[in-house]
Amino acid sequence: MAVLVIAEHDNTSVKDSTNKVVTAAKAMGGDVDVLVAGANASAAAAAAAKIDGVRKVLHADGATLAKQMAEPLEALIVPLMANYDAVLFPATTTGKNAAPRVAAKLDVMQVSGVIGVEGADTFVRPIYAGNAIITVQDTQAKKVITVQATAFKAAGNGGSAAVETTAAPSGPFKAAFVSEEMAKSDRPELTAAKRVVSGGRALGSSEEFHKVLDPLADKLGAAVGASRAAVDAGYAPNDYQVGQTGKVVAPELYVAVGISGAIQHLAGMKDSKVIVAINKDEDAPIFQVADYGLVADYKTAIPELMDELGKAGV
Amino acid sequence: MKVLVPVKRVLDYNLKVRVKPDGSGVDLSNLKMSINPFCEIAIEEAVRMKEGGGGHAKDAATEVIAVSIGPEQAQETLRNALAIGADRGILVKAEGEVEPLAVAKLLKAVIDAEKPDLVILGKQAIDDDNNATAQMLAALLDWPQATFASKIVLGAGKASVTREVDGGLQTIDVELPAIISTDLRLNEPRYASLPNIMKAKKKPIDVKTPADLGVDVAPRLKTIKTAEPGKRQAGIKVKSAAELVGKLKEAGVI
Ligand SMILES: Cc1cc2nc3c(=O)[nH]c(=O)nc-3n(C[C@H](O)[C@H](O)[C@H](O)COP(=O)(O)OP(=O)(O)OC[C@H]3O[C@@H](n4cnc5c(N)ncnc54)[C@H](O)[C@@H]3O)c2cc1C
Ligand SMILES: Cc1cc2nc3c(=O)[nH]c(=O)nc-3n(C[C@H](O)[C@H](O)[C@H](O)COP(=O)(O)OP(=O)(O)OC[C@H]3O[C@@H](n4cnc5c(N)ncnc54)[C@H](O)[C@@H]3O)c2cc1C
Repeated sequence: MAVLVIAEHDNTSVKDSTNKVVTAAKAMGGDVDVLVAGANASAAAAAAAKIDGVRKVLHADGATLAKQMAEPLEALIVPLMANYDAVLFPATTTGKNAAPRVAAKLDVMQVSGVIGVEGADTFVRPIYAGNAIITVQDTQAKKVITVQATAFKAAGNGGSAAVETTAAPSGPFKAAFVSEEMAKSDRPELTAAKRVVSGGRALGSSEEFHKVLDPLADKLGAAVGASRAAVDAGYAPNDYQVGQTGKVVAPELYVAVGISGAIQHLAGMKDSKVIVAINKDEDAPIFQVADYGLVADYKTAIPELMDELGKAGV
Repeated sequence: MKVLVPVKRVLDYNLKVRVKPDGSGVDLSNLKMSINPFCEIAIEEAVRMKEGGGGHAKDAATEVIAVSIGPEQAQETLRNALAIGADRGILVKAEGEVEPLAVAKLLKAVIDAEKPDLVILGKQAIDDDNNATAQMLAALLDWPQATFASKIVLGAGKASVTREVDGGLQTIDVELPAIISTDLRLNEPRYASLPNIMKAKKKPIDVKTPADLGVDVAPRLKTIKTAEPGKRQAGIKVKSAAELVGKLKEAGVI
C-alpha cells in the first residue's frame, strides 16, 4: 500500500496541517510520500522531507502550480496515481477545490472531511454539521480522501526523506489567476492556533469587533474568529468564519463573545478543549457546550477579563 | 446564455438530525425538507443574470434551468427554484443514496443534452457536507471551475469570479462554459412572492430516470455505522471575570 499526501504549503514552508495529514496517512498502513506542488518551492520540499515517517517527497515546480489551482493539480496528480493506492488532501479550500476533480477523473467517489482512520479502507467523518458521525468503508481500488487536519496529531519533524523532482503540467488551462486579497496578520493562523477568540453579531460593527477582540486576542496570543452573522454583516473578513461552512478549529481554548451557538457555528468549534462563552442571554445555546459560561454584557465583561488576565500575569 | 442550476432537497437547516438508535442511519421521517441554502443562492444568482440585478446586465441569461436528483418529492424543491424565477425544471428520479460522483455523472448527461454556457451549483449540501459535486462535474466535462464564489462578473466568453479562500479572497477568470459553486456571501436570496409561487406551478418539469441517462448510480462507499457525536460534559457558569480567569488557570489553558 502506498499513500500520497498533498502538502499544504506557501512555497517556502510547509503548514502544520501537512504533518497532521501524514499522521492520518500512516494510520492507513503502508508507505507515505508527500507531494509539494508549487513554484520556486524547493524550501517547502526540503521542509516536507523532514516530516517523520515520510518515504520520499515528490516536488513539482512550475508557473502553472504557483496558485495551486484545481485544473493543473488534477493534471499533475491523476497520472501520479498509477503508483499509489490512495491520495490524501488537507480539507483546506485548496484541497477541497482539487480533490473531487482528481476523484472524478479516477472514477472514484471521494471520502470527504475525514476525522478518523480505522484502517486501510475504513474512515470516520461527520455529516449534518457534525450531528451524526458515520463510519464508511471505501473498497475502491484508488481512494481519494480529504482530511480534517485538526482531528489528527502532527507528525514530528525529525525525518530526512529524499526529494525527487517530477514535471509540472505545462497547460494551458481554462482558468487563470487574476488577483488576490489576502488578510495580513501577525496573529497565529485560525486553524492552527492554540487559542481562538471569536466574536458574533453582538459586536455590532467592524470598529467595535476589532476594538474589543483584538486586544484580548493579543493578550492571549490567540487567533481571531467570527460567526457567520458577524462576517455577513461585514464586521470581520470571510476567512474568519468558523463553522459548518467556514473553518473547523480545535484549539486548547476557544472564547465565544456574543455568539448564540447555532448548530452551524458549533460544528466548527465544539472539539475545542476548553470553551468559554460570554453572552448576556443565559439561555443561549452556546452555554450547552461551554465549559465556562459567563452571563454578562461583553461591554463590561471583556474589560474586566483584560484586567483579571493582567493581574494573573497573562 | 443558458444557465443550468442543480438544486438539492435537504433537511431544513433549522432542524437537527436524529441518529437512529440502531446506528443504521439518520431518521428524516416527518422532518421538514427544504432547498439546500447554497442551491437557493445559486438559483438567485442565475435569475439575477436574467432579470438584470446583482451587477449583471438584463438578459445576460436567456434561460435558467433547475435540475434536481432525488425522490418524487424533489419536485417541491424544483417548484421552489421555479418560484424564485427559473424557467423550467428537470427531475432525475432516484431513490436512496446518490453519491456526488453519481450526481455529477447524471448532471453531465443532462448538460450534454442541454448545452448550457454556465452551471452554478451550491458549494456544499448541508446534509452530507461533501463539497464535491461541482468539482467532480467540472472534471467530467473538462470545464474550468470557480468554487466558493462570492462575486461573479460576466464578460465576453468568460466569467471573473471572486472566491472565498482560506487566507482571504482570490479572483480568477474562467473561460465559458464553466462551473461555478456558490458561497454564502454571493447574494441574499429573495422570498418568492405568492404570484410567483402560483406561476411556478404551471412551469414545466421534465422527469427522467438514471436509466434514461445511462448512468449507474450504485453507491461506491458503504456506510457501516452512523453514531451520535460525542457529547461534551456540561460546563459551569462562572459569576465574574475573576472566577473565569481562576478556572482557566486551573485548567492550564492560560
Ligand atoms: C447554510 C448555512 C450555513 C451556515 N454556516 C455557518 C457557519 O459556518 N458558521 C456560523 O457561525 N454560522 C453559520 N450559519 C449561521 C447560523 O445559523 C447563525 O445564524 C449564526 O451562527 C449566528 O451568529 P451569531 O451567534 O453571531 O448571531 P446571533 O444568533 O444573533 O447571536 C448573537 C448573540 O449575542 C448575544 N448578545 C447580544 N448582545 C450582547 C452583549 N452586549 N453582550 C453579550 N452578548 C450579547 C445574544 O444574546 C445572542 O446570543 C449558517 C447558516 C446557514 C443557513
Ligand atoms: C448514510 C447516508 C444515507 C443517505 N440516504 C439518502 C437517501 O435516502 N436519499 C437521498 O436523497 N440522499 C441520501 N443521502 C445523501 C446522498 O448521499 C447525498 O445526496 C450525496 O452524497 C451528495 O452529497 P452532498 O450532498 O454532500 O454533495 P455536495 O457536493 O456537498 O453538493 C454540492 C452541490 O451539488 C449539487 N447537488 C448535489 N446533490 C444534488 C442532487 N441530488 N440534485 C441536484 N443537485 C445536487 C447542489 O447544487 C449542491 O449544492 C445519504 C447519505 C448518507 C451519508
